[in-house]
Amino acid sequence: MNGILTLEDGTVFHGQGFGARASACGEVCFNTSMTGYQEILTDPSYKAQIVTMTYPLIGNYGINRQDVESWKPHASGLAIRELSPVVSNWRSDLSLEAYMAENGIPGLQGIDTRALTKKLRVRGAMNGFISTEDISVEEALAKARSWPGLSGIDYVKEVTHPKRFEWDPDDTQSSDFRLTSGPSTGENPRQVRNPLPPADIPIVAFDFGMKYNILRRLRQYGFKVDVVPATTSAAEALKSKPAGVFLSNGPGDPSAVGYAIEAIREILKTGIPVFGICLGHQLLGQALGGSTFKLKFGHRGANQPVKDLESGRIEITSQNHGFAIDPKSLPAELSVNRINLNDQTVEGFRHKSKPFFSVQYHPEASPGPHDSTVLFGEFRDLITKR
Amino acid sequence: MPKRTDIHSVLIIGAGPIVIGQACEFDYSGTQACKALKEEGYRVVLVNSNPATIMTDPEFADRTYIEPVTAECTEKIIVRELEEMKRLGVTGKLVLLPTLGGQTALNTAMALTKSGALERYGVEMIGANAEAIQKGEDRQVFKDLMISIGLDVPISGTAHTLEEARAVAESIGRLPLIIRPAFTLGGTGGGTAYNREEFDELSKRGLELSPVSEILVEESLLGWKEFEMEVMRDRADNCVIICSIENFDPMGVHTGDSITVAPTQTLTDKEYQIMRDASFAVIRAVGVETGGSNIQFGVCPDTGRMVIIEMNPRVSRSSALASKATGFPIAKIAAKLAVGYLLDEIRNDITRETPASFEPTIDYVVTKIPRFAFEKFPHADPTLNTQMKAVGEAMAIGRTFKESIQKCLRSLEIGRSGLGGDGKPWRIQGDMLDDRGPFPKDLLIQRLSVPNAERIFFIRHAFRAGFTIEDVFQLTKIDRWFLTQLQEIVALEEELAALKPAQGAQSAISNV
Repeated sequence: MNGILTLEDGTVFHGQGFGARASACGEVCFNTSMTGYQEILTDPSYKAQIVTMTYPLIGNYGINRQDVESWKPHASGLAIRELSPVVSNWRSDLSLEAYMAENGIPGLQGIDTRALTKKLRVRGAMNGFISTEDISVEEALAKARSWPGLSGIDYVKEVTHPKRFEWDPDDTQSSDFRLTSGPSTGENPRQVRNPLPPADIPIVAFDFGMKYNILRRLRQYGFKVDVVPATTSAAEALKSKPAGVFLSNGPGDPSAVGYAIEAIREILKTGIPVFGICLGHQLLGQALGGSTFKLKFGHRGANQPVKDLESGRIEITSQNHGFAIDPKSLPAELSVNRINLNDQTVEGFRHKSKPFFSVQYHPEASPGPHDSTVLFGEFRDLITKR
Repeated sequence: MPKRTDIHSVLIIGAGPIVIGQACEFDYSGTQACKALKEEGYRVVLVNSNPATIMTDPEFADRTYIEPVTAECTEKIIVRELEEMKRLGVTGKLVLLPTLGGQTALNTAMALTKSGALERYGVEMIGANAEAIQKGEDRQVFKDLMISIGLDVPISGTAHTLEEARAVAESIGRLPLIIRPAFTLGGTGGGTAYNREEFDELSKRGLELSPVSEILVEESLLGWKEFEMEVMRDRADNCVIICSIENFDPMGVHTGDSITVAPTQTLTDKEYQIMRDASFAVIRAVGVETGGSNIQFGVCPDTGRMVIIEMNPRVSRSSALASKATGFPIAKIAAKLAVGYLLDEIRNDITRETPASFEPTIDYVVTKIPRFAFEKFPHADPTLNTQMKAVGEAMAIGRTFKESIQKCLRSLEIGRSGLGGDGKPWRIQGDMLDDRGPFPKDLLIQRLSVPNAERIFFIRHAFRAGFTIEDVFQLTKIDRWFLTQLQEIVALEEELAALKPAQGAQSAISNV
């Protein structure tokens, strides 16, 4: 199966297709994580994006049914250097190519991903087109050029759960597993799960394309999570009298989801504790009067150093965002308390007098380091220690 | 936190002569440390008896002692240097940095602690303290510590009678088992038991040979996957992973004798992060305050059970590899952390703009292959086991594993251009076998099942002889992912060999 990737600037990559026999447009972005392609593919924030992994060998450990970040992969396509011809991992259920074929996602391998990444770093994120169908170069280029792009388009509506639901009421999805089985060696360690505390803090989580690991982490910290669709109004969301409101990650341009900003503004008026991650952080920032701008090539990877300006601690963080909050736009009652050490951009802020805080990066990791897991505990403290 | 201003001179202990198991990697780390500390304005005092090192060149230290790397000599040097500092009217302290000169330096520093010399002269140890070194080095103390923080270690128990030994075996619940008699010279009388009869026999013999009639019965991790993590920590408890490494050779072969690959290839992100968390837990529990450590893990290929094998509370052989593999100068940064800097206060040498508080991410594969010299030691047993036998190593970088391993094999200077197919004959037990000729099946089986310096080449010979991935896996326990990669190289060789030379090409080749 031949495959092709074209960029709006006229660049063409030819390679071998894998996964589904399909075609798709998207914003081409690169991710520098060396592990975690499964989590990346299934993260709804990658909606309408064609992902290239800078690490060249992908598919080595296959796909397992546990490490998913949503019910299906959302990326438009995957472009890599080399797909592993074999899967080697004790938890693997199927191969990457079988999984992508099952879900209609085209893949391209055998291309110079380093050249592609360098192009994206210099030119910035670009619109592109990926196909494993027999398509002419001219047609592929025309598709890349005619795609309208991410800015101003609401992709949240496409990935939010359509109905309100309670996360994991019977506690089967949320525990972390350990690779240690203690003195008994007979059982499969993946079955050794950490116990969960009681779910005694009811919160409402706005689902803008929420990663499952956020939900797992919230549950691990004792939250009973009522997940509501992105379009839910403030009154509807607060009807269940939650102790706090969580704003999730999600795809695309924060300026395109005006309805969510409206709802958040209403919620903020009540003074209820609010915690936001990624898109949720950008929306909270906008609701409080700030503005966002598009980064040249975004932060996507699992090794971004963030400094907590209050404690001086460094967290190595997992990130995935193409937009960021403009610190100059933030009102005086907000304080920027976390910055990215690579480019000094805003990674977190909190309200000086009210229980609102948010981070641009992903404390739920998955993929990525666990350095920032404690933030879920901070949200808990914010509610219980009021 | 800026650098410490109470320090005037830093005494660095080098690794001494090059021996098998401890080679020029510690000249590399020591030299980096000398440069980094001089750059910071400290007076550097160096002791190293090896004149063939870069660090002993006059410009690297303010004072170089070419003296034996022993506690006695180092103590005399301390006395002399303190007098010298007094004469100079210096108010700052003399401190000792023992973590960059390999095991020799660490042992020397420990001897100086135990003799009370450091306390007597008021010399502080920086980089790691004696307690941390003790915790990392004493196997039982380390094991107990790991269990106390909830990490898994190979299960073991001590026995003084055959009945006790059987009870331990019962509690471990599976074979093979390793039996180690206590207090015998070089561990003689130990062994691996694959069945009950062997177990009884080895236990009885071990109990007889041990002067205190004590044996350690431990579960065997033969055939498990082996991983390493290179960790750095600063005074503010910021921890980062510099490099993850997956061993091509499974457990049972010393890491120094194993082919190793960076980064890890067969761990999912979930498993990798569990290992990362465990690495930080280990460095914190052991108490290495600043600098680098190397932590080794064993992972059961069938169940994923992860155990901690050991940790080196110092810059190690793998640190040199990790530094070159990622561009993160571990020894240099370790030296700066030891004098009080924090990771975010040190610039990244590669980008020059971003701080050192990050985790290198690479878009290539790094392979290290050990170099052996068994031809020079005709009486040495060429079987690879837990005692290191390699005399050196080569590293190569490639965009695929296949590229990097082929480059690395070529770099070994053993006359091969890669895995094979170069037309050169193979010398095996005095016989010369044609490069593409047939290899006897029993020879292949023997060379695959017992780890040896040429095993990787025998994997090629085996694939050429029609062995399947599964056949080779059963004999070697080398992960199927690695075996598949090698099989692809062999498949390409076969494809090339089957091609007919184009008209005129034959004469062109013969003219080369």
